[in-house]
Amino acid sequence: MSHQTTNHTRTMTDDIKDITSQNPDICYQCGKCSAGCPVRNYMDEAPNLIVRYIQLGLYDKAVNSSTIWLCAGCLTCTTRCPKNFELAAFMDALREIALKKGIKIKEKAILKFHKAFLKQIKNHGRSYELGLIRDYKLTTGDLMADVDAAPDMLLKGKIGIFPHNIKGKESIKRIFEKTEVK
Amino acid sequence: MKIGVFICHCGENIGRTVDCVRVAKACSFFPNVVHSVEYKYMCSDPGQNMIKQAIKDLKLDGVVVGSCSPHMHEKTFRKAVSDAGVNPFLCEIANLREHVSWVHDDKEVATDKAIDLMRFAVEKVKRNAPLKTIQVPVTKRTLVIGGGIAGIQAALDVANAGYEVVLVEKEPSIGGHMSQLSETFPTLDCSQCILTPRMVEVYQHPKIKLMTYSEVEKVEGFIGNFKVTIRKKARFVDDTLCSGCGDCAIKCPIKKKALSEFDEKLAFRSAIYVPFPQAVPNIPVIDKEVCTYFKNGKCSMCVKVCGRNAIKFDQQDEFISEDIGAIIVATGYKLYTIDKKPEASEIKGYGEYGYGKYKDVVDGLQFERIASASGPTSGEFQRPSDGKTPKKIVFIQCVGSRDESKGFSYCSKICCMYTAKHAMLYKHKVHDGEAYVFYMDIRAGGKMYEEFVRRAIEEDGVKYIRGRVSRIYEEDGKYIVKGEDTLAGVPIQIDADMVVLATAMVAQTDAPKLAQTIGMPYDNYGFYSEVHPKLRPVESSTGGVFLAGACNSPRDIPDSVAMASAAAAKALVLFGSDMLEREPTIAFVNENLCAGCFYCKKVCAYNAIEVKQIKDKNGNVIKEVAFVNSGLCQGCGTCNATCPSKAIELIGYTDEQIYAEIAALM
Repeated sequence: MSHQTTNHTRTMTDDIKDITSQNPDICYQCGKCSAGCPVRNYMDEAPNLIVRYIQLGLYDKAVNSSTIWLCAGCLTCTTRCPKNFELAAFMDALREIALKKGIKIKEKAILKFHKAFLKQIKNHGRSYELGLIRDYKLTTGDLMADVDAAPDMLLKGKIGIFPHNIKGKESIKRIFEKTEVK
Repeated sequence: MKIGVFICHCGENIGRTVDCVRVAKACSFFPNVVHSVEYKYMCSDPGQNMIKQAIKDLKLDGVVVGSCSPHMHEKTFRKAVSDAGVNPFLCEIANLREHVSWVHDDKEVATDKAIDLMRFAVEKVKRNAPLKTIQVPVTKRTLVIGGGIAGIQAALDVANAGYEVVLVEKEPSIGGHMSQLSETFPTLDCSQCILTPRMVEVYQHPKIKLMTYSEVEKVEGFIGNFKVTIRKKARFVDDTLCSGCGDCAIKCPIKKKALSEFDEKLAFRSAIYVPFPQAVPNIPVIDKEVCTYFKNGKCSMCVKVCGRNAIKFDQQDEFISEDIGAIIVATGYKLYTIDKKPEASEIKGYGEYGYGKYKDVVDGLQFERIASASGPTSGEFQRPSDGKTPKKIVFIQCVGSRDESKGFSYCSKICCMYTAKHAMLYKHKVHDGEAYVFYMDIRAGGKMYEEFVRRAIEEDGVKYIRGRVSRIYEEDGKYIVKGEDTLAGVPIQIDADMVVLATAMVAQTDAPKLAQTIGMPYDNYGFYSEVHPKLRPVESSTGGVFLAGACNSPRDIPDSVAMASAAAAKALVLFGSDMLEREPTIAFVNENLCAGCFYCKKVCAYNAIEVKQIKDKNGNVIKEVAFVNSGLCQGCGTCNATCPSKAIELIGYTDEQIYAEIAALM
């Protein structure tokens, strides 16, 4: 017997379910994700609380947090979650929703970093570190940040001078043009 | 034939999706149906009276009830029919609940299907013959499998009622996990002190035949009439000669090769050993894997010191056959281990807790041994790595439990309580020590349980932190435990000297194997299934097989003991009558048609087909035909389907009846 309700007003929980294909209600708030999160101490809210806010329908608290932007997507939480909840994917969905809703972003530099990164993928089909650094610094205006790390990174070959384009570069660009959130 | 039809609404269970009034009306037009009614609860007293009254008033000689599954109420309705003077096998059930209302949405379609199923059942009952139940004798002896507290309790209860018991235990001693425990919640009385008198009582009981170091090899037969083969494993010690003096174990030169199972691998034992000093029976066994004699024949120290010549290196496994009427299964549990590497097993281990590589990260039973007066540290709190007293202990609950990613989705039920007890025992002995408990929820339902946990927090100062630990790692001789207090929303890091994991209670590794030997069902986790979780919680669906203790699901000592007494009572119910009634729906051979090919004998899962010789007047065999042993036949119908000459039929389910049912649906 089906018990699906009709005339149900769409909520952010529905959006999250659609984007991530998982139900936030499976989380039983054990806090193991927060306990192991490497950036937990920089967040304004513990990661498990963001899931709790969604469970309670306190959507504003979730999308206005710094947590969703500081999540580095390292997947430590996902690997250790006893409920197999993919918290990193959940955080990604919240960032997407926050952008679409035009919410004031708490961690602007991180968004700029994401954008600068995606720009390299769009132009070269893969990451181009020097281009990423250039575009990130130009958008933030903080030209001198982390400059001291540059010589070592160059010597170790972590930063290439020229971009390496992939073969199907143009196809990647077309994907971006069709799907980008303007 | 005059048939009465009775349609049940099952409250709303059927009525919500099936138009019962329309079904009853449609049935009234079926040939031979003289009476057709519907009622809200046909199984209730007034419902049953409707059937009885109709039989009397209208002289019905056939009844069809459209209701729930026959598993649920076939007996109820057959009894009602029988009380009214009609043979119970002239009553048929059409399953309008599980087969119709519970699986369909559309009321129109469901109602049409219900009418079809009713027509089907009416056609069957028209061809039913009155049958008589088969009477078989009951062997009033009980087999108890497992000698832990549940098995001990069940064996004593049955034996004290005056019936013989065979108690089989696979380890060298009875006592089970309870004998390993230090003190028990919520009273903190010493586990051994309350258990060992019971163990001795079992040993001395004239009605109990105790078989330790033995395993059930084969179970044949059926309720009231099992034939059980038990393998008595070779101890290499003659139990009729051994006086239990213990000289052999003292003199055995193997001191540091074998880890003690009883001490959860925290101490060594010799090659010839009794698991613990209070073992019952106090007769040692020789561990063939480590004994020097079995390796190269060089040592025979035990033979030399034994004053009674009890050591028998040439002893072989023995097979003993027992006639049994009831079986009580009390095989218990084991603990989940965190050291399983993902590829090694279906159950993944805990890499974040070190996959068992840290010596001072122990499980609940190991901590019991450390806390126990009979343990390797004589009850002093010393950590395994260096013997120092831990000043800071972290207890972690739900390790492997409530974790569908690495362990099991169920709650192990006892960990909240024993963790509170562990923390309490530690605080009682190490006054300046700190105890932290990481928990997700505290489940302390039980008499004096919640009070016990509160006592740990309020009086003994145990710090409870709500959150699951993410990682344990070693740094400068400390174990760094990283957690989060989800109530305060702050990260917590503790540099502990020792960590105790409350690992999940899981089914015994060989639980499915025993279930297959007995022929009883078990669940996805390997726990044995009860017939009904509420109304028949101690019975297996295999007749004459009862369940006690943690082999059914995680449970603590009081629950296990209660369940064991309940299982014993069920066995005694069985022994209350000398004869057992069995369903007459078994196979029947038409000897004129039987060609004697005996395909039926080959396919029969119950060894119920025998060879019968038909002789002429002079005693010459003219033909061999199949013969059904009515005691063994379970009426499964496999022979019926196999027989090439259609000579075997199932009484009550003849081909004619089945074809009539199918035709009714066409």
